[in-house]
Amino acid sequence: MEACTEEEQVKLLGWLRSPFVTRVRIALALKGIQYQFIEDDAENKSQLLLQSNPVHKKVPVLIHNGKIVCESMIIVQYIDETWDTKAPNLLPKDPYDRAIARFWAAFVDDKLRPSIGGVLMGQGEKQQKAVEESLANLSLLDDALRASSCSGNAYFGGVEIGFADIALGGGLVSLKAIQKVTKTVLVDPQKMPHLCAWIDRFFEIDLVKGILPDPVKVLERISYLRAKFTSAMAGN
Amino acid sequence: MEACREESQVKLLGWRRSPYVTRVRIALALKGIDYEFILEDSENKSQLLLQSNPIHKKVPVFFHNGKTLSESTIILEYIEEAWETKAPNLMPKHPYDRALARFWAAFVDDKLLPSVWGLLKWQGEEQQKAVKESLANFSLLEEALRTSSCSGKAYFGGDEIGLVDIALGGPLVHIKNLEKVINIALVDPVKLPLLSAWMARFSETDELKRILPDPADVFEYLSAKRAKVMSTLPGI
Repeated sequence: MEACTEEEQVKLLGWLRSPFVTRVRIALALKGIQYQFIEDDAENKSQLLLQSNPVHKKVPVLIHNGKIVCESMIIVQYIDETWDTKAPNLLPKDPYDRAIARFWAAFVDDKLRPSIGGVLMGQGEKQQKAVEESLANLSLLDDALRASSCSGNAYFGGVEIGFADIALGGGLVSLKAIQKVTKTVLVDPQKMPHLCAWIDRFFEIDLVKGILPDPVKVLERISYLRAKFTSAMAGN
Repeated sequence: MEACREESQVKLLGWRRSPYVTRVRIALALKGIDYEFILEDSENKSQLLLQSNPIHKKVPVFFHNGKTLSESTIILEYIEEAWETKAPNLMPKHPYDRALARFWAAFVDDKLLPSVWGLLKWQGEEQQKAVKESLANFSLLEEALRTSSCSGKAYFGGDEIGLVDIALGGPLVHIKNLEKVINIALVDPVKLPLLSAWMARFSETDELKRILPDPADVFEYLSAKRAKVMSTLPGI
C-alpha cells in the first residue's frame, strides 16, 4: 500500500522530445513506477517549471511527494536509491563499477554532447573539427562497449541496461536526426561495430521503444535548429 | 589488517596546487585513509598520467587495489562508498538529501567554476558580464546555505563537511586569490555573509589547512595566467 501511495505522488515535468526527459522516463519505466507526466512547452516555459527549477530553468524536473529533484542523471540516481528494493538496480553494487558507470554518464554529458552540438551548430572548419571530436568520443564509447562485451556484457553496465546505457540512450534519436540533417556520419558501423550493435540492441528493447521520442518530431526540431544556427551565421 | 592492506594500495596522482586534486586529498584526510601521493608536473605530464587517464589526461587520478579512477567528484563518491563504514560519511543517508548534494556539487563544476575561471580571460564589458554571472552563481550558493537542510548548519553537508563542502573547498584558495588578481570581490561578507563565514570556517579547519594549496603559489599562478591573457589583448 505504501509503495502505491509513493508512486501516486510522482510527477515528471518535461517535453517528450528532450533526451534528458527521455532518460528519466526510461528509468521510471524500468522500475515500473507510475507517475504523472506534466507536459511543458520549450518555447514557453511554465511558472511551475521556472519555480521548481529556478537555478537551471530546464527539464526534466521530478517531483516526488512534493520534493523537487533536477538534473537528469541525478534524478536517475535518486530513482534508483529511493526504489532500491525494486529491480532492476540501475547502478551496480560494487563501488568501482558504480564509479565507472558514473564516469561514462559524465563523459556523455561533458564530452560527447558538446562535440555533437558543435556538429549541429557549426559550419566549415569549425564543424569539421566538431565532427572529428565526435568521432573520437564515439570511438571511446565503442572501446568501452568492446571491453564490456569481452566480459560477457551486452550493455555498459552488464547484461541489462543501466546507468550509462540510460545516459547515452536518451539522446540516440537526436543523434540520428543530427547526422541526417547535417549529412554527417558520426556513428560509423565499420569503425564502431560494438557501438552500432549496442544501438540496435537498445532500440529493440520493448520498454524503450514505447518511450523514445517520435523520430519525425525530433527531426523537425533538429532541422529547425540547424536552419536557425546557419542563418544566424550567414547574417554575420 | 585487511583495512591496512587496502589503504597501502591507495595512490593519488596530481599536483598540490590543483583544486581538483585538493578535493580528493581532503576526502582521504577526513576518512583517515593513508595513501601514496605521486607528485606530477603540471608542465610535463608523465607517461603514468597519460596512460592511466588517456581520455581526459588530467589530474587527479586515483588508484585503489590496482583499479584506476579519474574525475574528482566521481572519486569522492567512490571514496565514500568504498570506505562507507569509516566515519565521517561524506554523503547524507536519505536519497533526497543525496540528490541535493549531487545537485550542488554539479552546480559548482558546471556553473560556478566555469564562470570563475572565465574571469581571468576577459576585459572591459565582457569582464563585467562574467563578473555578474559569477556573483549570481555565488548568490545561489548563499541561498543554498540559507535554506532547507543547510539552514543554521555550519556546512552544506550539515554539521559536518560533506560532498558539496569538499567540491567548493577544493578551489577555495583559487577563488580567494582570483579576487586579488582581478581586484574584484566575489564573495562580499556583507552581501554573502553565510558563504563568507563558510569560507573562513573551511580555511581555518586544522585538518584542512595543511592540505589546501599554498596561497602565494596560487596567487603567482593566477597572476601569470592573467598577465598572459592581458598581453594578447589588443591595446585600447
